[in-house]
Amino acid sequence: MAKVIIPTPLRKFTNNQASIDANGGTVKESIVSIADQFPELKKHIFEENGEIRKFVRIYLGDEDINVLDKENTKVSGESVISIIPAIAGGSL
Amino acid sequence: MTTFSKEELERYSRHLIIPEFNIEGQRRLKDSKVLVVGTGGLGSPLLLYLTAAGVGTIGILDFDIVDETNLQRQVLFSVDDVGKPKVEAAQKRLIGLNPHVQFNVHNVQLTSQNALDIIKDYDLVADGTDNFPTRYLVNDACVMLGKPNVYASIFRFEGQVSVFNYKDGPHYRDLFPTPPPPGLVPSCAEGGVIGVLPGIIGSLQANEVLKILSGVGDPLAGRLFLFDALTFETRTLKVHKNPETPEIKELIDYDQFCGLNLNGKSNKEEVKEVTVQDLKNLKESGEDFQLVDVRESYEFDICNIEGDLIPLGSILDNTDKISSDKKVVVHCRSGARSATAITQLERKFGFENLYNLKGGILAWADQIDTSMAKY
Repeated sequence: MAKVIIPTPLRKFTNNQASIDANGGTVKESIVSIADQFPELKKHIFEENGEIRKFVRIYLGDEDINVLDKENTKVSGESVISIIPAIAGGSL
Repeated sequence: MTTFSKEELERYSRHLIIPEFNIEGQRRLKDSKVLVVGTGGLGSPLLLYLTAAGVGTIGILDFDIVDETNLQRQVLFSVDDVGKPKVEAAQKRLIGLNPHVQFNVHNVQLTSQNALDIIKDYDLVADGTDNFPTRYLVNDACVMLGKPNVYASIFRFEGQVSVFNYKDGPHYRDLFPTPPPPGLVPSCAEGGVIGVLPGIIGSLQANEVLKILSGVGDPLAGRLFLFDALTFETRTLKVHKNPETPEIKELIDYDQFCGLNLNGKSNKEEVKEVTVQDLKNLKESGEDFQLVDVRESYEFDICNIEGDLIPLGSILDNTDKISSDKKVVVHCRSGARSATAITQLERKFGFENLYNLKGGILAWADQIDTSMAKY
């Protein structure tokens, strides 16, 4: 059971919860388990074919899952998964 | 060798007495040229601190005009500056802060046509822009020219900082290969930002600029710093070069790349429009029509013109609330989101009776009801 940290732009889909405890033994299972709780979140993270969208990065601890075992990276009870979206704001 | 006057030595004395920094670090700053893209929330602290610290040449690039909604966070500007070009107001303030700095003013929008020519004269770029097309443009131009790109971005309570393209390290496209589709991530104007956040994040950005220029410390290259002002959680994540990132050989059409200008037409041109005067006439005529407001409820609470509130994010799930048998005027703050809403409704559900309110509620406040608050 890993903790998933939700970035600000996506919190409106999680009743403003900043982090959610997820079920599952891998990164993908963890994210799918919270996406099932909050269906609106799903389309912001996954493409229709189930792949993680390219403007969202998923981290386990401080490491990009793309240099680990990608979505199949194993998680434990102490794991922290971060969803990192591209944000552009600044000067407005 | 670059030398310092008595006034400069006194001004920079708190740098000069740091053993690791000393006069050599200060000399490197004075010999450096930095381009700050954007003079807004991030650009304000960046420009103030880089100027105060004694960077030799600073480029100030923006095409916008100071307005009242800027003053909540853009600490470079004051009430007297409202209505003036940002670059002019910024230069005046900064010259007053440090007359030993050379300023180059670029009162232009950075484009694929001018970016390489402008950036080539600088050692480093600090990106304080507010939109995806310019972020990818700054990144690609920096990669092509081999310049470090000190990056920061903010949204509501969240900030990101990194140093891209430093000594052949990872760049923005290694982290985010493609931008999100339009409408998915709102801009600051739509999403809001807590005023002090750009001060915090822009100051961190300024610190990275000064570290790189002076050669002191370990720049935030290959790492992404995240700050959540609500929970006060900070994280520093690793950023790697991505072998799948295509080589950048030329600058492209970044609006198109970000999905903003599909088929050479903007959304605004594709949808039917009415002016705020048309809407006023329509209201007074007694004709049966529907007014739909696609903003968020907290925007509705600031000001509204009694439209039916259906936020853009939920519009496709609420088509039963939109009339198909009479004229429907759709509006938002500026007319951008409502154009997106109309395009989506037309493409997916075949609506033919939707009209975008040109200029949105801002135009209504300017031209029809001047007592209405703008935001």
